[in-house]
Amino acid sequence: MDMNEIKEIFFQECEEQLAELESGLLKLNDGDRDPETVNAVFRAVHSIKGGAGAFGLDDLVSFAHVFETTLDCVRSNRLEPNQDVLKVMLKSADVLADLTNAARDGGSVDGARSRQLIKELEALANGELPQPAAEAPAKSAPAPAKAAPAAIPAPAVNEEGFQPVAFSFEDFETSEPPTIEPSTFEILFRPKSELYGKGNDATLLLRDLSRLGEMSIHCDMDELPALGSMNPEAAYFAWKISLKTDKGEEAIRSVFEFAEWDCELEVTLAGGNHAGAGDELPMQPVPFDLSLLDEAMPALAGAAEDDEQVAARQREARDEAVSAASIASNVLQMAQTARASAENARSAAPASAAQAAAQQAAASAATPTIRVDLDRVDRLINLVGELVINQAMLSQSVIENDTNGTSSINMGLEELQQLTREIQDSVMAIRAQPVKPVFQRMSRIVREIADMTGKSVRLVTEGENTEVDKTVIDKLAEPLTHMIRNAVDHGLETPEKRVAAGKNPEGTVRLTAKHRSGRIVIELADDGAGINREKVRQKAIDNDLIAADANLSDEEIDNLIFHAGFSTADKISDISGRGVGMDVVKRSIQALGGRINIQSKPGQGSVFTMSLPLTLAVLDGMVVTVASQTLVVPLTAIVETLQPEASAIHSFGASQRLISIRNSFCPLVDVGRILNFRATQANPVEGVALLVESEGGGQRALMVDAIQGQRQVVIKSLEANYTHVPGIAAATILGDGRVALILDVDAIVAASRGQSLPEMSLAAAG
Amino acid sequence: MKKRVLTVDDSRTIRNMLLVTLNNAGFETIQAEDGVEGLEVLETANPDVIVTDINMPRLDGFGFIEGVRRNDRYRAIPILVLTTESDAEKKNRARQAGATGWIVKPFDPTKLIDAIERVTA
Repeated sequence: MDMNEIKEIFFQECEEQLAELESGLLKLNDGDRDPETVNAVFRAVHSIKGGAGAFGLDDLVSFAHVFETTLDCVRSNRLEPNQDVLKVMLKSADVLADLTNAARDGGSVDGARSRQLIKELEALANGELPQPAAEAPAKSAPAPAKAAPAAIPAPAVNEEGFQPVAFSFEDFETSEPPTIEPSTFEILFRPKSELYGKGNDATLLLRDLSRLGEMSIHCDMDELPALGSMNPEAAYFAWKISLKTDKGEEAIRSVFEFAEWDCELEVTLAGGNHAGAGDELPMQPVPFDLSLLDEAMPALAGAAEDDEQVAARQREARDEAVSAASIASNVLQMAQTARASAENARSAAPASAAQAAAQQAAASAATPTIRVDLDRVDRLINLVGELVINQAMLSQSVIENDTNGTSSINMGLEELQQLTREIQDSVMAIRAQPVKPVFQRMSRIVREIADMTGKSVRLVTEGENTEVDKTVIDKLAEPLTHMIRNAVDHGLETPEKRVAAGKNPEGTVRLTAKHRSGRIVIELADDGAGINREKVRQKAIDNDLIAADANLSDEEIDNLIFHAGFSTADKISDISGRGVGMDVVKRSIQALGGRINIQSKPGQGSVFTMSLPLTLAVLDGMVVTVASQTLVVPLTAIVETLQPEASAIHSFGASQRLISIRNSFCPLVDVGRILNFRATQANPVEGVALLVESEGGGQRALMVDAIQGQRQVVIKSLEANYTHVPGIAAATILGDGRVALILDVDAIVAASRGQSLPEMSLAAAG
Repeated sequence: MKKRVLTVDDSRTIRNMLLVTLNNAGFETIQAEDGVEGLEVLETANPDVIVTDINMPRLDGFGFIEGVRRNDRYRAIPILVLTTESDAEKKNRARQAGATGWIVKPFDPTKLIDAIERVTA
């Protein structure tokens, strides 16, 4: 994994954190005062800031920092998250999202807006604080430029111009430049027992110290009692160190950065002239250099002979020194272990209580998840699709060869079929995602449009956890956005008008998702004025959509808004008048295999209902025969099937025919004729009529030759594998291995209204 | 032998950065997403050093450090706190909870490795 991949992960995580942030803020807005909600909101911003800092995204960091500071005020109960405060915070969340997007895609952000919000956030943080948060304004100033890269551009600087970088000081928070002249420091280091208790180790500190220069060391063991009276919890050793270094006192102190509270530390300058003079110490110094333990003993250090024996003695002496050191460290370890058991006895009760609390916390946490590449899931889904087809083929050939249907192979196949179906459902469930992210995005849309239109709007969402295929979710955002804009812009009245109508000045937009008979139903309801039918009708007449004297039901008038290029607003506003009409919304929903309709009550508002398939991968279909071709009709489109009787068929005009069903007439559509499978219309009495519901609620009876059965089919895109065929939605492979086309019922119905489908290709049917 | 580092951080980004940095520096890395998981993982991980974040769901860094220090078997393990907070108050709280040292974010690989080297043998 490289940094770019991690950056990609960072932006993914940002998206999740932003969603978390927004949902948390909305909860607070609804009066939720759970500290965990505030914490989650804080953490989201904090996390974004942390990652952004690592990637040097300065704009993002500085905004997140101010936001975080204000949120910290809320977290510590210094700022009450009332509606006004939350309004600023929700806007800040939007800006944070913009900044994140800009950081990812390189776009620009509304600098004025973010500066304004920084001011507002700071005002909130300062206004309620006992002492003004001095830190916030200081750090929040827009970063002047990206942090300069560590390396100085090569061409500009020659060798003499090169500035040495004291890299070993990078982790020390000091600005003091290292002294150039080496000087000798006397250091007294006396650890307290807490030093060991926090996992620090005197040996390691001494090691680090030795790296600063030339060091001699003496261990003061005066306080070490007899073993019998030794307290394993205590620290008995102290060290007197003489260190000759050119790094300065600050460097010495920073070695003890983590330990300074838990030890006595004295650092005094002995004077540069006495460099290396160990004998100035009151006690005999031991030269200490971990990397060169050969000089462990002063006597041996002085020995200049390279006599073999001396060398051997040196090694022996070193071994002794090492073993002495290891004994010392053993004592330390013993001390720690003994203290541990003592402490353990003391803290046993609270520890187990804490463990219980931890377990409880674990139990209440979300179920564990793993992240999987979408490609892998899709591959699995494809394979399962193949498996389903294969299983169906196997079943079919067994049935053909086993007419009585009682053999064990037949029974096994039934179980296989059931298993396959379960596997398929489970795999589909992997792709299923809650609609929550899309719904959450809508609340921002509502806020923005409410601001632009000066309307007061409340968005209520229900069923956010309703799950649907990820593809459906991804493609839902755009039509939904447009509908929400419409609902606020056209649906809701201005606060004044609402008050005049005796309504709450704040309008409500309700977004609901639920499962209904194998589909997801999304409803968007507003409590606005409802469709102005007079106006819609007039507009339709003006636009030549309908005849001036057309006799339309209320429902039909309402559905006119789905016609291309229709806009009811007198003046095309900036919000919903971007040339995108409800017809586009309708088309996107249809492209997902969905339906949309509207119900409106004057003065009470409108409800848009969208019904979408849960998945785009499989479909329950009715397998039918038309002119010896096998076709699949989506089951969801079919209302009922019937065998027409001759008396029920009525001719109408040149070629139109109607069928009378329970005293109402319904146009009869010969699928074979529409698809150009045959040149003349078939005799309805010889076939079967499928009563289907099309957009706008109108019914048609589709004539097919025969029904073969009903089954779940795996959808194979025609566009991806061949080309778009009018009147055909997709293809599938049947149990016998043949390709069957899936009928696009709406296209067939539309075609039946007038012209036949253009450029039909029979070759596609296999 | 490779030194083993247990990292505890709720941010996937930071987790990945830690993983890459530590692996590149020749450490063996074990990761947990929050304090609760950290304490669970500790039981089997047997790390030489722990690096933990402060702000985490379920159990924050302070609680996690206290949990480690309360545990007989693991309380001598050095713990480094990795946090954007550079203010003395946070450091102090972490120290009181039993942190060995700290690394101030923004994340810097050199700082991280330096700090780990400082507290491990």
